Amino acid sequence: MKTLSYVGVALAVIFASACSPGDKSRQINDPDVNANPDFQKQLLRQLISAKSGDVVLIPEGEFKINRSLSLNVDGVTIRGAGMDKSILSFKGQIQGAEGLLVNASNFTIENLAIEDTIGDALKVNEGENIVIRNVRVEWTNGPATGNGAYGIYPVQTKNTLIEGSVAIGASDAGIYVGQSRNVIVRNNRAEFNVAGIEIENTIGADVYGNVATNNTGGVLVFNMPNLPQPGHSTRIYNNKIFKNNTSNFGHEGTPVAAVPAGSGVVINSNDNVEIFSNEIADNDTANIVVSSYFTAGYYSDKSTQQDFDPYPEGIYIYDNHFIGGGSSPDHLELKALKLARFGLGGSIPDVLWDGVVDQKKVVDGTLPDHLRLCIDNADAGILNVDFLNDYQNISTDISAHQCQLKKLPQIVLEFDQEIEEQKTNDHLAVLEGANE
Amino acid sequence: MSSWIPQAGAAVLVAGMIMFAVSGCEKPRSQVVVFTEDAIPDRLSDWNLVNIIDGTLTPNSGVIPYDLNTSLFTDYAHKLRTVWMPAGTSAQYAKEQFDYPVGTVLTKTFYYPRGAAGTVMKTDDFTSDYAEGRAGEALDMQRVRLMETRLLVRREEGWQAIPYVWNEEQTEAVFEIAGDTSRLKLKAETGSISEFTYVVPDANQCAGCHADNFTGKEISPLGPRARHLNRDYPYLSGSENQLQHWQKIGYLSDVPKGDELPSLARFTDERSTLEARARAYLDINCGHCHNPTGAADTSGLMLNYSETDLRKLGLCKPPVAAGTGSGERLFAIVPGEPDHSILNFRIESIDPGAMMPELGRSLVHEEGAELLRQWVATMPGTCT
Repeated sequence: MKTLSYVGVALAVIFASACSPGDKSRQINDPDVNANPDFQKQLLRQLISAKSGDVVLIPEGEFKINRSLSLNVDGVTIRGAGMDKSILSFKGQIQGAEGLLVNASNFTIENLAIEDTIGDALKVNEGENIVIRNVRVEWTNGPATGNGAYGIYPVQTKNTLIEGSVAIGASDAGIYVGQSRNVIVRNNRAEFNVAGIEIENTIGADVYGNVATNNTGGVLVFNMPNLPQPGHSTRIYNNKIFKNNTSNFGHEGTPVAAVPAGSGVVINSNDNVEIFSNEIADNDTANIVVSSYFTAGYYSDKSTQQDFDPYPEGIYIYDNHFIGGGSSPDHLELKALKLARFGLGGSIPDVLWDGVVDQKKVVDGTLPDHLRLCIDNADAGILNVDFLNDYQNISTDISAHQCQLKKLPQIVLEFDQEIEEQKTNDHLAVLEGANE
Repeated sequence: MSSWIPQAGAAVLVAGMIMFAVSGCEKPRSQVVVFTEDAIPDRLSDWNLVNIIDGTLTPNSGVIPYDLNTSLFTDYAHKLRTVWMPAGTSAQYAKEQFDYPVGTVLTKTFYYPRGAAGTVMKTDDFTSDYAEGRAGEALDMQRVRLMETRLLVRREEGWQAIPYVWNEEQTEAVFEIAGDTSRLKLKAETGSISEFTYVVPDANQCAGCHADNFTGKEISPLGPRARHLNRDYPYLSGSENQLQHWQKIGYLSDVPKGDELPSLARFTDERSTLEARARAYLDINCGHCHNPTGAADTSGLMLNYSETDLRKLGLCKPPVAAGTGSGERLFAIVPGEPDHSILNFRIESIDPGAMMPELGRSLVHEEGAELLRQWVATMPGTCT
């Protein structure tokens, strides 16, 4: 503004000490909290005062932080010296629902760790062109219900890349992408979370090259009601999803708390999901679970918006490499079912399906092709538990699922392409240099 | 040119000058100074908004105190709120958010009534905070302990949040962009003492609550809106409706007639319905994030006062990403059952990973929590 007045700046000594009551009892800083106060204050100031184009460097070392950090400025990079070298430890956090909360576009965070936050570790709430790379989020005491809910948690974002990262111990999801659009989750490791990697109410996600093991459920693709954006179109491929048998330590009432321990991939209420070329092994309930919102245990007309689509439709499972799995399912009814149907030494087939379809869409006894659950996967089998009819017509008939669906397009991130091209150019330059 | 200075304010100024002339510890005060966005002074006193004069914290002339029907809970802190506008300017009335003129400065000073032995008092009685005969206007420094003063300054580009933290000596507040923490002992009327950490939010966290349109990130005042301001205030010139007073002193234009003005209930006012009190409480404490464009729109839970869809308000609504905050409960509100409602769990929690609101408190607001329990308890129906 142009009409500023600086009148009165010279009145520096306005508070004479004779006029103050002189209370000395106030203690600055909580004596019980062992934070690195100087580092914390400096980092807070850097993040608050950041300008677009700034790189905030986190040096090597472990830094204790006791209150939430946040970033609201576009175009900032936060960079550490490595996910095992630059550690922001929130053990003893006294304030804030996240470790780092970001509301910004063109944001990159890389090469550091966020440990032991009281709530979520890294939350990005709204923003475009987000890169989360080589970031470790971990609750160092291992899986526990008291751990924070989400590790890496972009929500309502557009164009998001999560790569090379590690998420351990989240009491909800290690890597959780919610209500977003155009997402790549690749080459990450998710371990000892309730949900390893979860894609929810998201439109267009490619999940590949990841390792999900020792979670309750490895990779989840969910749709939840009462949200502005229903999700669809996720591809899960070239991942290693094995031994996700950790007992469910989620909070009752949260959607993931209903996930049976021993679930490799879970599709719930989401449409157009492709699962292909993965190695999926030794997940004790089933290597793949396909279910409707009814199975999640919350459905009632009162709890769900009217136009919510609770049915998983257009699910295409092909060319995966399945080993083991299904031999020791979680949840009593599944245990009983397995024993009755497949015997003590038997196991549930690779795909466990609740068998719920939208009867309004059924034509002449079957769903239209594009809405079907298609399994084109060598000798992979299916178990339809007929959930809505109290498990009355349990079936292992695969014939209705021997079909193919139109494949989904690849997710392309503009900034990612530039990096790929850059790499190619560098490579060519090196080759040309060698030839000269 | 200074017609916007209220008569009462001018009288106070004269009275104040006489008083510090007697005590001899103050120079005459100058006008409010508005600093540029990139020239924020380290000391609150440089603004000349509120000054300590003869043992009282007193708003400068033209700096008008105000109060809200129901206000945000902040660990039982009392708050002195003021508004100041540059000479010759006024805010334009609007139902939702007034159009405040560039240069407007809002202040909110957080303080506690002092108790014995270094404690601070938990009380909803504000009358003894003020100097003799100056209720609503001049805080008695012997009786209060100042914590922080937050400024919201209207720039051409939008609002700017500027936090100042009061020093131990209570002589000055210092600009602290990164916030602050202090340990306090809060003494209830029953004599019981709760020790807690009072947290001054950092500048980003100010913006986190004040951006009721989270996408645009623009921050805006939450309290001084018609429905919150529509009540009487004990001005020195006598008690008067705040909106009418603002209009009278030239701070607000185009105010509709009294019966067309929106008003939210005071959450403690038992003459209002339980529903009205609960909705007022949710609006000011939750609605700034839980609205269709707010930071918490990710949850699908809308607690702003204009929401009418019961499921969006939480009735039988399952959580989306509540995590620890679910409290092992299935729905935001189970009618008739506060003990099974996530909303009540989160309001009653002090775990930073579960509690709501996420910021601004380390204690449970017992009276607010009780109101919401009663509200949920009297709702009819079931979720199954």
